Formats: sequence, structure tokens, C-alpha cells
Amino acid sequence: MVADDRKYSQEHEWVLVEGEFGTVGVTEYAASELGDVVFVELPEVGSEVNMGESVGTIESVKAVADLFTPVTGEVVEVNDAVVDSPELVNSEPLDGGWLMKIRLTEPTELEQLLTASDYAALLGG
Amino acid sequence: MNESKCLRETPLSQWHRAHDGRMVEFAGYSMPVQYKTGVLAEHAAVREKVGIFDITHMGEIMVEGGGAEQWLEGLVTNKILGIAPGKVVYTAMCQDDGGVLDDMLIYRLAKHRWLVVCNAANHDKILTWFQIHQPGKDVVIDDASYRTALIAIQGPNSHQLITRLEAIRPHTDSVGQLDFYTSLNVVVGGAEWVVSRTGYTGEHGYEIYVPNDMALSLWQELITKGEEFGVVPVGLAARDTLRFEVCYCLYGHELSEDTTPLEAGIGWAVKFKKADYIGKEALQKQKAAGVPRLLIGLEVAGRTIARQSAQVMSQNQLLGQVTSGNYSPTLRRSLALALVASGVPDRELQVEVRGKVYPCHAVPIPFLSARVKGDPRAERTLPA
Repeated sequence: MVADDRKYSQEHEWVLVEGEFGTVGVTEYAASELGDVVFVELPEVGSEVNMGESVGTIESVKAVADLFTPVTGEVVEVNDAVVDSPELVNSEPLDGGWLMKIRLTEPTELEQLLTASDYAALLGG
Repeated sequence: MNESKCLRETPLSQWHRAHDGRMVEFAGYSMPVQYKTGVLAEHAAVREKVGIFDITHMGEIMVEGGGAEQWLEGLVTNKILGIAPGKVVYTAMCQDDGGVLDDMLIYRLAKHRWLVVCNAANHDKILTWFQIHQPGKDVVIDDASYRTALIAIQGPNSHQLITRLEAIRPHTDSVGQLDFYTSLNVVVGGAEWVVSRTGYTGEHGYEIYVPNDMALSLWQELITKGEEFGVVPVGLAARDTLRFEVCYCLYGHELSEDTTPLEAGIGWAVKFKKADYIGKEALQKQKAAGVPRLLIGLEVAGRTIARQSAQVMSQNQLLGQVTSGNYSPTLRRSLALALVASGVPDRELQVEVRGKVYPCHAVPIPFLSARVKGDPRAERTLPA
């Protein structure tokens, strides 16, 4: 059950590309592994981020995880709703629990990301 | 998978797996850290309704015989000498230097029968400690840990649930009348069970010690009868957040061999008006000289959790370390317990988390008041 409208990173983030923007979140698997998310720290709007770098943190009761950006670009929007209601990461990881929107400056790097079936295989393996 | 690691199972391990329990290694046992509903829901169920916990990993050591009372009294910081049968005492057991070997409950089951309940991680150490300290002829030590299961029933609805159990009839009335920190031995199906009004959540609750082979049917009855009271099974993660909010010490965090009970805020369980015991002299000296560190509560600003070992500072001066830190599900904020140098100035403090410094300030502990006595549904006054 991996949504096939988006691409995935090895670190269990997803990116949904629409034109020059990519919306980023974490996968259901990541949300479930983390357990109840209680705090989310997101990057500043306007900051430049590079593929694979840690740009924020996701805290659950049990552990803290880095939020890695799967794409390079400029953060144009962050999801304030998820900052106020971090449980959205668990309840709606693929839509309401999105984390940030990035203007892609290196769109070719999308090819390095996993397709839905690759990601499914990663989870399955 | 860790095929190489052979973990102990409890009589309920299979049940946990079959009910979406996420199993983790804890003190050599495979234990449920949470179930599918999640830590927050489990935590809330215990605060508002009732939760049941498999805590079979705890160590149970029976100490019996005419010499048991005097011998145990010489090993612990609290006073157990002369307590009535049916009484339970929380105590620390210390080394000569006052460092804590473990914190534990001691039950006087009968005149010459005592039950020592220690932490799973310290079980072997405590047994060895007992052997080193030569109990003598009229003290018999019997480790009951691997034949005893322990189930905790915690929450404002726990009284209704326990008094509804078929399993404890015809002892329902006496169990229902148990006072805080008292216990009852009951015979069920020819076996001895111990039921006590104790727990590790800050809520009205009970703990039931049963032989392994009777644990599953008791657990299943708790689930069935508990349905109308909102019962949920609770894993170790919520057990931790529950004890954290009411600031009960956890060995390996607030307590260790390098910390004295006076520093860790359990000085109330250290008595000086009793005969000599291991650690007494060191603790007396520390008290006279002034306790060098103390446990304080912190509220951390922003959206981060300062977990164990995070450094606490004031104007770049290191004051101490966080012993436990988490998000408080009830108070909805990031809190921490820290062991810091005494006389910490009452000004803004900082805590370092993953190389970043976050402002924090001292807050009174416990963060949340326990409701273990009196009305289990008493209104809580929550700090602003």
C-alpha cells in the first residue's frame, strides 16, 4: 500500500511533485515506526536546503528522528497545522500531515529517488 | 532479527504479539513497548479510565524465616522493622557509600514472610547482594521471579474493574477495601496470589502477583470485564510517561550507584532513627554536609525534548544533567527531570540538545499530583 503518485527516499520521506514545487512528508511506515509524534520542528520558510540534509526534527514519545529533505531547493511553505497538531503525522502522513513545500532547483535529482514500487520493495525486503 | 539473542518470555508474550504489541528487549525480556493504539491513547486511558500492564519482568524475591526482619532492616534505608503483616514499604537499598543499588517494594506477607520486588535490570545484582550479606541460618531466600507473573491495573476505574473479577472471588470485599500500600494474600485455585494497592502511574491502582500459569486467564478476564470501564493494555512506553509526570524515580535514570537517595528526592524513604544499615553512615554524612545535588523539574521552551544526559547550564556554566525528559501527554509540554548542583540560581537555565541550546526554567515537581489516595477522580489542578 504505497501511494504511486509520488517518489520516496531511503529515509522514508515522500515528495509529491507539482510543476516546480515538491511537497514533502514522511511515509506511513516512518510514522508508524516513530509512534505518536508530539513535536515537529520544520525549517524556516525561505531557507535553502540540499538533498539528504537534516532540515528539522520529528519527536515522538519514544525517540527523536531527523527530518531529511529528499530534494534540493528553497522552502516556500511549511505546514503550520502539523506544528500545532503533530498527531497529523500519524493520522494523515500522506496528506494532512505534509511537512514542507520546496521550490525544486535540481529537478533532475528526482531520478535518484525511489518509485512507489521500489519503495514498496524496500519495505518488503 | 536477533536470533542470537535469547529473550525471556512472559506468560503473556504471545497474547501481546497477537494483539499488535510492539515487542522490544527490556532487561532480558521481550516486552510490549506499546500496542497499536499508541502511547498517547494508552497514557490517557490510565489517567482517565483504566489500563492493564504486564510487568512480569520485575524481580520477586521471597525472604522467609525468623531472622528475615532484622536482616532486611539492615539492608534498606526505609524502616520495615515492626510493620504489620499486609503492609508495603517503598525503600532504597544502598551501597556503603550511599549510592543506590536499587529501589524496591518490600511486602510483609506474614510475620516471617517478606516479598522483595526489585527492578528487572537489577534482579541479579540484588540476589548477589543478598548472598554476599550472608542471611544466616534463620533466613531463607527464594527467588520467585521466574515463576511469578505480575499484572498491574491502574487508573480511576481500577477499583470497579478489580472488584468485578471472578478470579478473586470470594475475596472481592477485602481486595476492594485495600488501603494504599497494603496487600492481601489470597488463595485462588490452590495457589497463593498477592494483591496490593500499589503502582507506578500516580493513579489509584492495584498489582497482582500470580503463578505464571494463571496469568493469561486473569489477563483475559481483565480485558473482557474491563471493556465497560474502558480498559486498554498498556506498554512500557506509557508506563514511563505516566511515572514521569508524577516524578516517580526510574532506576538507571534518577537513581544509580552514583546517586544517593537524598539527591534523587527520595529522602523521605531514608530513615536515620533506626539501627545501622548499609549506607547509613555515608547518607548521614552527606545530609550533615549538605546534599551536593538535587533533582529538579524543568520546562523546556519550544518543540524539543531534552532526554537523559542532556546538559543543563546557566550562563555557560554546567549545572548538571537531565535524568528523564519527555513530552507530558497530560500537560502537553516538554518537561524534564534533572540532577543539578544544589543551590541552582532561580534564573533562566539552558539545556543542550543535539548541539543546540534551548532555554528552560525550573518548575515544581511533581509535574502532576498523584491520585493514589482518596478520590481516584479528584479534580487535578494543572499548572498554568
